[in-house]
Amino acid sequence: MIRSFSLALSVAALTAAVAQAQELRIGLSSEPTSADPQFHALNPNNALALHVFGALVDNDETQRLTPGLARSWKPLNDTTWEFKLQPKATFSNGQKLTPRDVVYSFCRVPFVEGSPGPFSYAIKSVVAMETPDDETLIIKTATPDPLLPNNLISVNILNADVFGGGKNIKFKPGGCEDFGGNPKPVEFNNPAKAIGAGPYKFVEFTLGSQIVLERNENYWGEKPYWKKVTMKPLSNAGARVAGLLAGDVDMIEAPPMQDIERIKTSGATISQALTSRVIYIQLDQFNDPNWKSPTVKGTDKNPMLDKRVRQAMSMAINRQAIVERIMGGVAVPAGELLPYPMFGSTKGFPITKYDPDGAKKLLAEAGYPNGFEITLATPNDRYINDEKVAQAVAQMWTRIGVKTNIDAMTAGTFFTRRTKYEFSAFLAGWGSATGEISNSLVALSVSHNPGKGLGTTNRSRYSNPQMDALVIKATETIDDKEREKLLQQASKMVADDVGILPLHFEIRPWALKKGLTYKARSDENTLAMGVKPGPSN
Amino acid sequence: MLVYLIRRFAQAALVVAVMATVVFVSMYAIGNPIDLLAAQDASDAEKAALARELGLDKPLWEQFFIFAGNALRGDLGKSFVYNEPTLKLILQRLPATMELALTALVLSVALGVPLGVYAGLKPDSWFSRTVMSGSILGFSLPNFWIGLMLILFFAVELKWLPASGRGETVNVFGVPISLLTWDGLRHLFLPALTLSLYKAALVVRLARAGTREVAMQDYVRFARAKGLSYRRIVLVHIVKNMMIPVVTVIGLEFGSMIAFAVVTETVFAYPGMGKLLIDSINRLDRPVIVAYLMFTVILFVVINFIVDLIYAAIDPRVRLVEAKG
Repeated sequence: MIRSFSLALSVAALTAAVAQAQELRIGLSSEPTSADPQFHALNPNNALALHVFGALVDNDETQRLTPGLARSWKPLNDTTWEFKLQPKATFSNGQKLTPRDVVYSFCRVPFVEGSPGPFSYAIKSVVAMETPDDETLIIKTATPDPLLPNNLISVNILNADVFGGGKNIKFKPGGCEDFGGNPKPVEFNNPAKAIGAGPYKFVEFTLGSQIVLERNENYWGEKPYWKKVTMKPLSNAGARVAGLLAGDVDMIEAPPMQDIERIKTSGATISQALTSRVIYIQLDQFNDPNWKSPTVKGTDKNPMLDKRVRQAMSMAINRQAIVERIMGGVAVPAGELLPYPMFGSTKGFPITKYDPDGAKKLLAEAGYPNGFEITLATPNDRYINDEKVAQAVAQMWTRIGVKTNIDAMTAGTFFTRRTKYEFSAFLAGWGSATGEISNSLVALSVSHNPGKGLGTTNRSRYSNPQMDALVIKATETIDDKEREKLLQQASKMVADDVGILPLHFEIRPWALKKGLTYKARSDENTLAMGVKPGPSN
Repeated sequence: MLVYLIRRFAQAALVVAVMATVVFVSMYAIGNPIDLLAAQDASDAEKAALARELGLDKPLWEQFFIFAGNALRGDLGKSFVYNEPTLKLILQRLPATMELALTALVLSVALGVPLGVYAGLKPDSWFSRTVMSGSILGFSLPNFWIGLMLILFFAVELKWLPASGRGETVNVFGVPISLLTWDGLRHLFLPALTLSLYKAALVVRLARAGTREVAMQDYVRFARAKGLSYRRIVLVHIVKNMMIPVVTVIGLEFGSMIAFAVVTETVFAYPGMGKLLIDSINRLDRPVIVAYLMFTVILFVVINFIVDLIYAAIDPRVRLVEAKG
């Protein structure tokens, strides 16, 4: 009698525990700005959209492409792609996913009302779309675009019927024929309208307060473990850690490094992934006789035009020491712009050796035996320990005779001043959105060409036409092997020129309460689908 | 009375106009939000298009006149980040902050007045001395530190109360209120306590000084001589008169609690206006920052005005007229 009673009790307790365990509460470091998956090309928004909507192409923890709402894709020729949709894919309202929904979604991308960061860049090569049957989609591009599938990761698919999409919608780059209704972003705050084909659906979206998701029982793919997911924006790092330790949330993004030991001793686990974000320094290399580099003192010329000087400045940096002592191990030293084995990176790419004596010698050879003076600019609230890293670099440079001052500022001011070329040297970071090195090279190393959208963040004005040609050829090469070879060559060329000084790749940590594990992702997305109960490893 | 009102309004309008100019110009002098808003892969053309859409391509003076013109019609602009009217965003967060500030206000009065009066009546008892030394701590310890300690003790160690966020809400006339649910109260207690401690210390000191002063007055002695009960003397004659300065200060402090609950809201990740401000500053969402500051300026003006009215109601000697000379 007593035994069966206690058995009943423990069964009840177990069921209660399981019922409770079905909810996952996540503390977000930055909040999505909208429930509309096409509103703002921003990491938190993309991560949320993946729960509810989903794109044709997905990527795994290491940013390799995997099937999403499309089960397969292949190039038919240089400018034509064929995508096959998942036959079982349905929306949370039970409707089947059709190619028309995809066309409607692509049509809306450039026309989202008030979008501060549209996804237009992802589909700007697309000129036509055809839907030969219920599961096939043909996409034509103006020029060969090997990165189309990579870019489509961030283009979320909407349900055309919910918003009154046209029946005979036809894709046109400047605006579609028979487009039909175009919802305002706020309409997505209404869970009844925000219908997607993702593993979760909205229950509540309250800006600033919380986002509540519920498992989509109609989901076509692998059923996620958690029935209910609550996301709370806890932008203050201390509040996030306290929330985890107090048991308010089960998982937090980006715990601050100084708290990691404390989190571990409380029994919680840390899950981390090497990201595609490289922290680098750019040195002013503007080759113009009338240009006076803004913060260089002690010489009339721009010393950094001399490769030996750049080489010396790179050799002066002890990357290993920065990674160990300042980054507390949540980084690895970098030699190029993307960590291996991501696409276009090279195994065992050489990392500049720390050699202060050699650096001094090179400086003297270049005609600067007494060095010169420079200011290193850095944001102080953007990357992990950004200002501290800059200070360390300044000391290392000063040691070889390049007297270095630090100009640290908030990210907003930093980017504005960088755009105006106000820095002779600055520290910043870049995460490859596509997981390919072409993305980083095009943005940081290719010569600035606003008309073609090249070198948009090349604020050192490093320029090597040979390298440019290689990268541009790569971005038009559909064949993966061929493209990878071109990119590897280009990356080596930048390193040989010392065009940019890569410092390290960031590691992104997550903290989870005892008994949970997370498949940490290099794209930094926090996905409830990747969180599972189980032993920590 | 009418002249007084008109003068007050003119003063207030001037304050608001000056503040608007200062806030707007200083806000638009720092940083370009396009760099934070646009996708990192956006081309220069896309960034320029975005700047055009947000009206950031126009010269500063033109932007200011557009802003001022719209503001006069009650339109404080749209958030760059959320693409929603800034006023709406602020008003959405207002109930949360009001709840926090009101609870803190009630806590500080409920703690401060009885302790202060007691300390005033029995200044030499050990309890009074403890209260007075305690109030020094209330003044001198920084707000965020108190918040962190409370979180560490009650949330992380004891796990009695949640460390962050706002609890479950109930809609009352469409306004989400968390004061009416147990979960809501649990979430509210620590941040409200943090916010109230400084004010409570202030009230203790004011109440003690007021009580001591009033207790010495002739009419109190007279009341005692007349044989009134101690209770009545304290509650009616002492407390009522001692409350005048307390009300003034509390009124002003209430404004600052609403406007500058920023630190507490940040520490507790409490989704009020203050957190909106901090998030907006981090994203350079200028219209929200400007609207927030304008909102607090107006709030202070209004609260000052109401305080004057209450003051007059408590103390009949105060007249709502301008002093001559």
